[in-house]
Amino acid sequence: MQVYLPIAEVSVNALLILGMGGLVGFLSGLFGVGGGFLMTPLLIFIGIPPAVAVGTQANQLVAASVSGMLAHWRRGNVDVKMGLVLLAGSVIGSVLGVRLFSLLQLLGQIDLAINLFYLIFLGTVGGLMLVESLRSMLRYRRTAGQRRKLHKHGWFHGLPFKTRFPKSRLYISALAPLAIGAVGGFLTAIMGIGGGFVLVPAMIYLLGMPASLVAGTSLFQIIFTTALVCFLQAFQNQTVDVLLALLLLAGGVIGAQFGTHASGRLRGDQARALLASLVLVICVKVAFDLIGTPPDLYSVIMRRGG
Amino acid sequence: MPRLLVLAAVLAAAAFGLPRPGGAQDLVADLSDHVIAINTGFTGTRVLLFGATEGEGEVAVVVRGPADKVTVREKDRVAGIWINQESMSFNAVPGFYAVASSKPIEELAPAAVLDRAGIGLPHLQLATADANERGAEIVGVFRDALIRGLQRRGLYVTEPGQVSFLSGRLFRTRIDFPANVPTGQYQVEAYLFRGGQVVDAQTTPLIVGKVGLGAEIYDFAQREPALYGLAAIIVAVAAGWLASVVFRRA
Repeated sequence: MQVYLPIAEVSVNALLILGMGGLVGFLSGLFGVGGGFLMTPLLIFIGIPPAVAVGTQANQLVAASVSGMLAHWRRGNVDVKMGLVLLAGSVIGSVLGVRLFSLLQLLGQIDLAINLFYLIFLGTVGGLMLVESLRSMLRYRRTAGQRRKLHKHGWFHGLPFKTRFPKSRLYISALAPLAIGAVGGFLTAIMGIGGGFVLVPAMIYLLGMPASLVAGTSLFQIIFTTALVCFLQAFQNQTVDVLLALLLLAGGVIGAQFGTHASGRLRGDQARALLASLVLVICVKVAFDLIGTPPDLYSVIMRRGG
Repeated sequence: MPRLLVLAAVLAAAAFGLPRPGGAQDLVADLSDHVIAINTGFTGTRVLLFGATEGEGEVAVVVRGPADKVTVREKDRVAGIWINQESMSFNAVPGFYAVASSKPIEELAPAAVLDRAGIGLPHLQLATADANERGAEIVGVFRDALIRGLQRRGLYVTEPGQVSFLSGRLFRTRIDFPANVPTGQYQVEAYLFRGGQVVDAQTTPLIVGKVGLGAEIYDFAQREPALYGLAAIIVAVAAGWLASVVFRRA
């Protein structure tokens, strides 16, 4: 069933879009990440103009993260105080990111920057996460049931503005989550993603938050960050396609529910190993795009963003 | 909205389609549709052009989409990575270009004649502000890249179409528009060639516009971007909440 998208100005198969939304929504619910790092390349691949893919993606992520967050909320898995500190950082990061985005667009290097950011962040986070989760899986087999420390203390935990986060049982500097939120917001603006794939591991490994709270809390923060980006994109660039977003989120919210249910059946380290593998696959694809000789060395940019 | 489009087409017809003053008309042509309406189910369309000639001659038809600025960027390998380096902007590039003729275009007239009217992709005039400082050879490379890029998107014709004569004087041809045609005002030009010269020409306007729900959404996004952004967020939050409620029951 073909549908003409009014803002993207292309005709797409509605069932394909629903399926893509469902798949990414499932992963979103399963891992507590928005799935934007997967959806943006998929949308561009099926012929949606990149600017519209990024803008619409932000809109779709709002719905997916509301749905996912509510499911976690009912189980009491959201640390609101931590979420608000992350959000404050994220707003700072997205403002800076939007500035850099405009500058890079002017220089004609935005595609390169997006690809490099994908490569660096996906590669680093995916690699670290894979190694850690595999180790943790081995350790789980050897020392099942042994009690470990709640979390390790890093130097940044001792910075000023020490704050209690009772829900996460942490007493750490508020600057640490603020900085992590800022990185997340920056990536949202540059890469058109929720930033969950950076937030989730940072919250686990750097802040030492309990794994059960991480997904819900990061989704809580992502709702507001993506809503802000969605508004800015619609207001400044008119690149939010509501029809495309509705199709994506119809598939996405359903997928997210299944994902959240499925997440109960996976151990944390197993889920992280799976997510890490997925992230690395995308990373390898981006690396090939950067290094491999493009089929045409010349690219044509029409003013309307096509 | 459709009514507005029709009105625009009629007005444009009054401006462009008038017969040229003086001289008998040797060429008359018209389209099966003067408006292409893009609705939610639009997957591309086909328009017929038909006409008649007075006396001998060959016919060529050129369709040009609304003009826009286009930038072409060239990638170079830097430290193993492909990076955009040189770029060139072209002004007034038609967003769509198709051509059809009754004989291969190069046999219709000398290149200079085809260049003047911009008939056929090799003769399409694309102007760049950088022409003087960059040199004709480099401009030519970028120009070819532009045409290649738009051909890949299906916006520039790759194979010229066929204008077929029915009885020696009546002719017709088909023009295919893909689903991603740019919206705006198009010009459909018909040329009559005799002895290697253009002896008559006629321009017919064609409007491509969105109608129905798609048009409403597009207009809303353009006219009230802030409200549109807020509405998009509200719809998303409602959809997310609704799904979560539905699934809690299930």
